[in-house]
Amino acid sequence: MLILNCPCCGVTAEETEFHAGGEAHLKRFGPDSSNEDFENYMFMRQNPKGVHLERWRHNNGCGKWFHAARCTMTLEVFGTYSAQTYEPPKEICDLISAKRPGWSWGAFS
Amino acid sequence: MKRYSAFAIAREATRYHSGWERAWRAPEPKTKYDAIIIGAGGHGLATAYYLGKNFGITNVAIIEKGWLGGGNTGRNTTIIRSNYLQDPSAAIYEKSRFLYETMSQDLNYNVMFSPRGVIMLAQTHHEVRGYQRTAHANALQGVPTEWINPQRVKELCPIINLEGPRYPVLGGLWQARGGTARHDAVAWGYARACSDMGMDVIQQCEVTNIRREGGKVVGVDTTKGAIDCDKLGIVVAGHSGDLANMAGFRLPLESVALQALVSEPIKPAMDVVIMANTVHGYLSQSDKGEMVIGGGTDGYNNYTQRGSFHHVEETVRALNETFPMLSRLKMLRQWGGIVDVTGDRSPILSKTPVDGVFINCGWGTGGFKAIPGSGWAMAELMAKGHSPLTDEFGMERFIEGRFIDESVAAGVAH
Amino acid sequence: MSTRLATGGRLLNKSKALSFSFNGTTLKGFEGDTLASALLANDRVLMGRSFKYHRPRGVVASGSEEPNGLVQMGEGGKFEPNQRVTTTELFEGLKAKSQNHWPSLEYDVGALNAKLSRFMPAGFYYKMFIHPRSFWKHVYEPIIRHAAGLGAAPKATDRDADTYEHFYAFCDVLVIGGGVAGLQAAKAAAASGAKVIVAEQTAHLGGRAVVDGGTIDGQTAEDFVTAITAELEAMDNVTIRTRMMGAGVYDHGYVLGYERLKDHAPEMAGPRHRLWRIRAAQTITATGAIERPLSFAGNDIPGVMLASAIRDYVVNYGVSSGDRTVVVTNNDDAYRTAIALKHAGLDVPAIIDARPAGDDSDLIARAKALGIRVMMGHGIATVQGGKRVTGVEICAQAGEGAVLEEIACDAVAMSGGWSPVVHLWSHCGGKLTWDESQASFRPDPNRPPLGDKGQGFVSVAGAANGETTLAAILADATDCGKEAAKAAGFKAKATKAPVAEDAVERALLPVWLMPQGAGYKLRSKAWLDYQNDVKVSDVQLAAQEGFTSVEHAKRYTTLGMATDQGKLSNINGLAILSDSLNQPIPQTGTTTFRPPYTPISMGSIGGEARGDVFQPIRRTPMYDWHEANGADWEPVGQWRRPYAYVQSGETVHDAVMRETKNTRENLGLLDASTLGKIIVKGPDAGKFLDMLYTNMMSTLKVGKCRYGLMCSENGFLIDDGVVARIDDETFLCHTTTGGAETIHGHMEEWLQTEWWDWNVYVANVTEQYAQVAVVGPKARKALEALGGMDLSADAFGFMEWQDGSLGGFDVRAYRISFSGELSYEIAVPASQGQAFWDALMAVGADLGVMPYGTECLHILRAEKGFIMIGDETDGTVIPQDLGLNWAISKKKTDFLGKRAQQREHMVSDQRWKLVGLETIDKSTLPDGAYAVGEGTNANGQRVMIGRVTSSYHSPNLERGIAMGLVLHGPDRMGEVITFPGTDGKDYEAKIVSPVFYDPEGEKPNV
Repeated sequence: MLILNCPCCGVTAEETEFHAGGEAHLKRFGPDSSNEDFENYMFMRQNPKGVHLERWRHNNGCGKWFHAARCTMTLEVFGTYSAQTYEPPKEICDLISAKRPGWSWGAFS
Repeated sequence: MKRYSAFAIAREATRYHSGWERAWRAPEPKTKYDAIIIGAGGHGLATAYYLGKNFGITNVAIIEKGWLGGGNTGRNTTIIRSNYLQDPSAAIYEKSRFLYETMSQDLNYNVMFSPRGVIMLAQTHHEVRGYQRTAHANALQGVPTEWINPQRVKELCPIINLEGPRYPVLGGLWQARGGTARHDAVAWGYARACSDMGMDVIQQCEVTNIRREGGKVVGVDTTKGAIDCDKLGIVVAGHSGDLANMAGFRLPLESVALQALVSEPIKPAMDVVIMANTVHGYLSQSDKGEMVIGGGTDGYNNYTQRGSFHHVEETVRALNETFPMLSRLKMLRQWGGIVDVTGDRSPILSKTPVDGVFINCGWGTGGFKAIPGSGWAMAELMAKGHSPLTDEFGMERFIEGRFIDESVAAGVAH
Repeated sequence: MSTRLATGGRLLNKSKALSFSFNGTTLKGFEGDTLASALLANDRVLMGRSFKYHRPRGVVASGSEEPNGLVQMGEGGKFEPNQRVTTTELFEGLKAKSQNHWPSLEYDVGALNAKLSRFMPAGFYYKMFIHPRSFWKHVYEPIIRHAAGLGAAPKATDRDADTYEHFYAFCDVLVIGGGVAGLQAAKAAAASGAKVIVAEQTAHLGGRAVVDGGTIDGQTAEDFVTAITAELEAMDNVTIRTRMMGAGVYDHGYVLGYERLKDHAPEMAGPRHRLWRIRAAQTITATGAIERPLSFAGNDIPGVMLASAIRDYVVNYGVSSGDRTVVVTNNDDAYRTAIALKHAGLDVPAIIDARPAGDDSDLIARAKALGIRVMMGHGIATVQGGKRVTGVEICAQAGEGAVLEEIACDAVAMSGGWSPVVHLWSHCGGKLTWDESQASFRPDPNRPPLGDKGQGFVSVAGAANGETTLAAILADATDCGKEAAKAAGFKAKATKAPVAEDAVERALLPVWLMPQGAGYKLRSKAWLDYQNDVKVSDVQLAAQEGFTSVEHAKRYTTLGMATDQGKLSNINGLAILSDSLNQPIPQTGTTTFRPPYTPISMGSIGGEARGDVFQPIRRTPMYDWHEANGADWEPVGQWRRPYAYVQSGETVHDAVMRETKNTRENLGLLDASTLGKIIVKGPDAGKFLDMLYTNMMSTLKVGKCRYGLMCSENGFLIDDGVVARIDDETFLCHTTTGGAETIHGHMEEWLQTEWWDWNVYVANVTEQYAQVAVVGPKARKALEALGGMDLSADAFGFMEWQDGSLGGFDVRAYRISFSGELSYEIAVPASQGQAFWDALMAVGADLGVMPYGTECLHILRAEKGFIMIGDETDGTVIPQDLGLNWAISKKKTDFLGKRAQQREHMVSDQRWKLVGLETIDKSTLPDGAYAVGEGTNANGQRVMIGRVTSSYHSPNLERGIAMGLVLHGPDRMGEVITFPGTDGKDYEAKIVSPVFYDPEGEKPNV
């Protein structure tokens, strides 16, 4: 039973207040994209054993989406951050690097 | 291999059971095999078994990181049914169910297949229509199922409460030849049979690299050394992503937790398996007497084999309403498994971008029932390059937009 | 025999006798007894039968680890099987029955299995019952199922007569276990000001120390417990709950507490169990240790008990388990039992100590001083007796079991050492380390369960941490409490550990088999798991057959899988397995510890949510009116909608037919309040809706309505509805009933996570409005009778909306139609819904008004060939399949689903397309039927070429009508195709246009 902090309203709450929304930082591909790009965007997932950047919605709270950096092996939450961004904030990356040296997520590390 | 029978037991009893040999050998890996299967769960072992039995390919190793049958094979709720809606699903699950019928005899190992019947409860008009549709499809797919009314549901399962205050039972889809089996025995029976055919079941051996040359697989590196092979089957459920990475391709998969629980054992109270999708729970009674309970998956990526307790609460609450006597029983044990879920929640049995590498994954919450059919089909795919049972389950379906979506009839596909 | 002693019994209130019954015989006990102690006091040693062999079983332990003493209690809605006698507090009128036997506990036919046990070794059922095939289901399995199981099933007709509740609690430090370690840890933690909860599973604080003696700060353990309890109770930041077990530890510091509020007093008011969902910053498990049995032949015969249990019964309950008790041990602790028995005036003919002769420790010397014969280096070869111990045969521990001497006795107190209770530590991933000196696993402090920040959030105090002496336990607990408070963010106060004195003990000798060279005959009678009948020989057989992993051995033998989950058997079993494999025990490892610690009631897991409050019900403002007017309810999500309004003398079907005809001929009212209503507002609202809908919405004129389709990014149709443009920047989007929340979420998701720079605000206002569809040729007349708006065709055209007033109500009226009739949907504030409905019924009285339900709605739309989300769509259908290309904008470069719909399979000419279907004989096609083509596919399945998506009897057309998706359907008009029914009949249907009624669309255009 996870505890998450919603960076939008500041509330720290039980998992039951939130809805998990899968992998974060997916780049949307529209009508002019290649088959491969579209398939990657729609279906291919990193599904790592370790650091996972993911989307959550505070659906039984403020209703806002946000991102979380979480470990899928220990369920440790390294931090949550705004969904209105293309990359995780530096302080969260640094924290992850301190705890999981050598981690990477696509272009981020 | 010494055959198992009541006579063998009687003979051994006279000499204090000293003559029983190992159920499967514990060999060291050879330097090369015709085929290697990574993953000695039910699906991997069944694949190897049918490679040998149907295609005479017995120079096979089944490599297992932990202990055979130690993943989802040994932690599911053992439901076997084939009343699926879509043609490709109905074909492979019915093949599987059919093979379960004779598995004990085929393997000379009692896997306790119990065709006690499965009811999918309909508790909304929408579900009624969905299951009537499935019944029509099943009739044409050669899957005997039947739409039954609430009274018949009650006759088959006297502990059910038809008049739940929220979702009265409106009927059900009945598959009389569905049922349960002893999950561990399925893995053990296959392992014994594979070993008997000369195959090597190598436990405690982790694959660390998949070696390729010119786009073709040549072998694997493991914690017990390098092993060469011509063909490689990856059959590792929740760990598929890791192995696919080693082979250099990606998968449309996410791994999440699925939880289950059992009650303390009681005397026989329920002779069928019931799945209630509106309230999201399913229930059967094991031969030991435990009420075996399953529910839905947790929503987030998770490799811990633990889930969140509120899912257990939701499942138990729903089943307490549907089967009121449960409320007076006690939960003995709860556990979790890692299920790999694809973009359309149907499995992948497929060639891969790497020549000679085949993958079988994505069974989500429904893998146990598919073990023999999946093994049969996967063996054919590996031996011949294609199989009518796997043709529709290829990875390319995601790029083509040709999905196999079972949730359309039942909401969830277990 | 076992009996009540004249003295002793620190937990008893001897002034309050209680009457209870066991298997129909009335017996007497005292307040403070457990059912176990009360039964023993009445010489009821035989309490049950084992699972597999139906061997006679007596109580072996005194706490929650008990594997044998299981009974069924209560009647009717309070019946419950498998209740543990050792954790059941006695109450007046308790009725208990033993389980798993026939015809009686004393004479059980199933005990035949025990005679055949040589033929039933571990895993025997995998090796037999294979032939003939049909016998498994029809013969073998029913017999096995009947013999297995423990207690009887509660009756299907009885509803649980008790209630349950859930509690939330938040604290800084949760201490599980109210023994001296738990209390001391709580005190040390609470001194910092941290909020502390202490949970103790039994009714009494103090744990083992109060039984075992020793002095703490110069007081007896009992006085220490009294004093520290008073101290803790006086602190505002400490809550102590007894009868509350720590059931499970879950991720991020979530702990499940299971409080048994009135199991000890079933007639008391209030809930029976309370499930606590505790969030603790730090959890301390001070859960003590459990004594291990020794593995010798006959160790399962009733009367063979744990040494600590025998001591507990004497000290706590004033009960002797036997007149003559032989003590058998590999450690000093069991000497305490011998000494306690001697002090109680009972006979201890010998202490059989497996350890070689050596220096006498304090306890050994004290036993000897009491005149007890101590036999070092010896063991028990076998226990004599059947349903009760009659004696033991003594052998050398080092040998193979040659009998040196027989000693008559009626009880055996055994001790194989102590295993820390590490369950709660392990539930969430805490790792263990092997403690060679105690021959047990203990928590590895370097590998704790990790919390949300990666921090360890569980620590362990006292005996649970592997400490064995009072002094060490209290010092450990003090440190642990301080550290936990610190970890929870508090500044720990200096708290001194109490000074304790207890006996200096001689080291334990690990003994996993007695005697060490026991042959097969002894090993096959040496039990590891009493309930599941797993013996030493079974685990050895598993190893011999290659079940070498601890998980394999467990599953093959069922060791540790009984209702005690192996609390007594696990360590002994894996020691035997390790020995068989010639490997050290830590290499074998343990099986996974899973919650709950002991079984918890399903009722408590469900909590209050049952019956009418099982799930919330959503009601429209007119719900009560519907209920009072014959509504046959249909659950739609959490809403309930009237399926039809059944009048007296009618069937539901009759009602549907009547409503459907009447709406086309006169006037029908539909409560459409459940339809989703979402406001989309902002400068970019039009642009946003252009991405959401397949149609162009930005060009919609203010005052107009447009039917729109919404697809998922994967291309499939997910919702439809009418969009009204309220003003330049405001749209109101109608969704399906089931779609209101999901579509609102869908909009929020895209706005927040993809187009966050667009200026759009969305709000779900579904419940703010009551909405009524006023439908039929007399719809305008009815509204005109209410008065207040110009509803003429010129003033208020089709697909327009207007704000105004009708009959004095402020309304927003939409002239839209889902029925093909003249139709208005009128929205009023939810609070006005019922009044407005009443007004419509009043003005409609002369116009033939009738309310109609969802089924009539379905038929009306099907007569017109309108699709229904969930009927014509199922998540695999794209708008192009449904002939809805007209609603897909060709001008837009992008919308959700557009790219997906370009994929190979989406543009394939093999997709099934929407058509109408008519039977030749006017009958109704079976819903969900599939049409067949020629032959079979590669898997032997009939080739299918289409399916029925909706099928109804149309009372207006007086025939069956259906819609379906058919391969090349629109190109095959007039062709007859075949739908095999599940009734064995073939149904023939002609492919026609899906618009059956008023194909020119004249009716609404008046």
